[in-house]
Amino acid sequence: MQTILAAFDSALQLILRLDPGLIEIVLLSLRVSLLAVALAGVIGLPLGAAVALARFPGRRFTAILLNSLMGLPPVVVGLVVYLLLSRSGPLGVLGLLFTPTAMILAQVVIVTPIVASLTRQVIEDLWAEYREQLLSLGCGPLRAIPALLWDGRFSLVTALLAGFGRASAEVGAIMIVGGNIDHVTRMMTTAIALETSKGDLALALGLGIILIVLSLGVNGAAYLIRDLTGGRR
Amino acid sequence: MTAVRAASQSASILPLRLEKLGYAAGGEMLIEAIDVELAAGPRTVILGPNGAGKSLLLRLCHGLLRPTAGHVRWRGDGALLRRRQAMVFQRPVMLRRSAAGNIAFALRLRGIPRRVRQAKIAETLARTGLSALAHLPARVLSGGEQQRLALARAWALEPEVLFLDEPTASLDPAATRAVEALVNDIHRSGTKVVMTTHDLAQARRLADEILFLNHGRLIEAGPAERFFARPATPEAAAFLKGELMW
Amino acid sequence: MVTSARRAVLSLLLAAAVALGGARAEERFITVASTTSTQDSGLFEYLLPIFTKKTGIAVHVVAVGTGQAIKIGQQGDADVLFVHDRAGEEKFVAEGYGVKREPLMYNDFILVGPEADPAHVRGDKDAVDSLRKIAAGQAAFVSRGDDSGTNRMELRLWKQAGIDVKAASGGWYKSLGQGMGPTLNTAAAMDAYTLADRATWNKFANKQHLALLVEGDRRLFNQYGVILVNPARFPHVKAADGQAFIDWLISPEGQAAIAGYRINGEPAFFPDHDQPGA
Repeated sequence: MQTILAAFDSALQLILRLDPGLIEIVLLSLRVSLLAVALAGVIGLPLGAAVALARFPGRRFTAILLNSLMGLPPVVVGLVVYLLLSRSGPLGVLGLLFTPTAMILAQVVIVTPIVASLTRQVIEDLWAEYREQLLSLGCGPLRAIPALLWDGRFSLVTALLAGFGRASAEVGAIMIVGGNIDHVTRMMTTAIALETSKGDLALALGLGIILIVLSLGVNGAAYLIRDLTGGRR
Repeated sequence: MTAVRAASQSASILPLRLEKLGYAAGGEMLIEAIDVELAAGPRTVILGPNGAGKSLLLRLCHGLLRPTAGHVRWRGDGALLRRRQAMVFQRPVMLRRSAAGNIAFALRLRGIPRRVRQAKIAETLARTGLSALAHLPARVLSGGEQQRLALARAWALEPEVLFLDEPTASLDPAATRAVEALVNDIHRSGTKVVMTTHDLAQARRLADEILFLNHGRLIEAGPAERFFARPATPEAAAFLKGELMW
Repeated sequence: MVTSARRAVLSLLLAAAVALGGARAEERFITVASTTSTQDSGLFEYLLPIFTKKTGIAVHVVAVGTGQAIKIGQQGDADVLFVHDRAGEEKFVAEGYGVKREPLMYNDFILVGPEADPAHVRGDKDAVDSLRKIAAGQAAFVSRGDDSGTNRMELRLWKQAGIDVKAASGGWYKSLGQGMGPTLNTAAAMDAYTLADRATWNKFANKQHLALLVEGDRRLFNQYGVILVNPARFPHVKAADGQAFIDWLISPEGQAAIAGYRINGEPAFFPDHDQPGA
């Protein structure tokens, strides 16, 4: 109980002081995770829609595969991305290891299956509902993708938020490919892991509280945007 | 009114000929051996009890289903075929956008340029009495308003043939009357109307000719007046009397 | 959607993008692979700014277990290796991954355990003997079990004591596969004995009922070495800047800086570059 109270106090102190170290870590975490989700969206939304609508052999298997990839252990992703980006690896010349870019890459790999899979389900359900009317109007499945994506936007925003949740909570992959370098690749979650390993549990928990508040902020902003864009049913 | 159809005035797709039309699914013949011609002009109502195959027949005509036997023969070639038809379903399917936006979507699909689109939308909403609702999200409209919007959307496309599948089955009497009035307006503007219903009274109000279906077969076809006054078959007679049919 | 609202949303998104974009100016830096215990001790936060201020070279430290740090060096993903595993370091150089091993400093290990000390090891001068007592009494012991320098030292001591900890693993002896901090957390929670480096112990904030029980045995001394990753093998290695870092560390100035690092007033590391046999 002591530790928990100390944690709230710790969190409050950091926020009130506008601790520069904290701000640096928060901005980096937001930058990496939001960019990762944006990229995952750019890849995953059309991918999910295509799998939902296109007829091709092995379509069922692709859907199952996408679903399974949602359960990819992040630390395994981190390991694979590390081996790819390592100087001794195929993409070593890019010199991306231990940079925020490497972390964004790893998170994109982790988040895209989530976005694609949820999009596939949303688009599939929408197409079932709209199919006959759209076909009647002369709109085939592939041509319908933009309209379906827009129509499913509320569910799809939730899918993106689920992706963001996964990205911002992730610690294993970014630890391996980012290296948790002070002032360079230290994010909220790896900072929490570090403080925990130093035994400073109150600070670690305090950072955790701030992380949750950040997540609330992002979700709140998403709902604000939704309401501004005519959010009624 | 002419902008949309101007290009294709000459190419009419009617009459529609159904030749030995059949449709089977799950090992069962759901539509069997239908031979009939639908010509431009009369309001055609496909009548019959539930499960007779009315909706199936409509979808076969409109091309949403492929027949497993026989042919659906329109006049003219394939490119224009879909564009000259429109369909309205029992439950209106609206996109999550404004009422005007839904009509715009359909017009945009046809490649209608923006200025013409805007004029057409305004005109159609006015003719269907929905102008005040133009900017509301289509989904907050009542069932009757949404169905009228679906009709507006179809009408904006200036179809030569309008298919309607039990359009008032989910509506209250007031909304039903509004929709029927609209169907008549559309017919008067030159569109062929082909509608299914199981509601005898509605058929009496709207039909110029009747296609009576039962168990997937065309039992009787002919002018509505004659059908209601002197049905030629025992099934039709039984149906008109309101008896259950198996 | 109303146009003004749409504009507001777009400006919001644009502002967010700019705020988060934060392009980083091109920074001159080297990458150093080191260990979690060194990082957890806080040495780098103290030492590195001194070097950067003097030379303008930033130092990016990737802190992982010793085994992983050496692996990072072997992959060419770091410029300098800064670990405490003499055998591993010498092998690293011998196999051509590193240029030269420079001895740097040492700290020592200590045996910590429950205040109640069921195995009665408090004050022992012979660490190997202490371990024998712990095994005999089957007192709870947690090990880092992560192939780190600390872990390797621990296993050497058990071997000298003639105890087969593999056989005991899962019972009184628990191998965690974690860094020093988490291992101390677990020891504190389980009231168990463990081997820790003094620096991490001094800085550790969650001691609960743990106490320092055994120290001073020469066998517990933990030697650090620093090595430049071989530019002949990995052309992209920042050899000049990396060597500058090493040269500074072993210089009188660097060695004094190391000695100046205190935890709770106590020195944590003892520079020994010039001492024979380091």
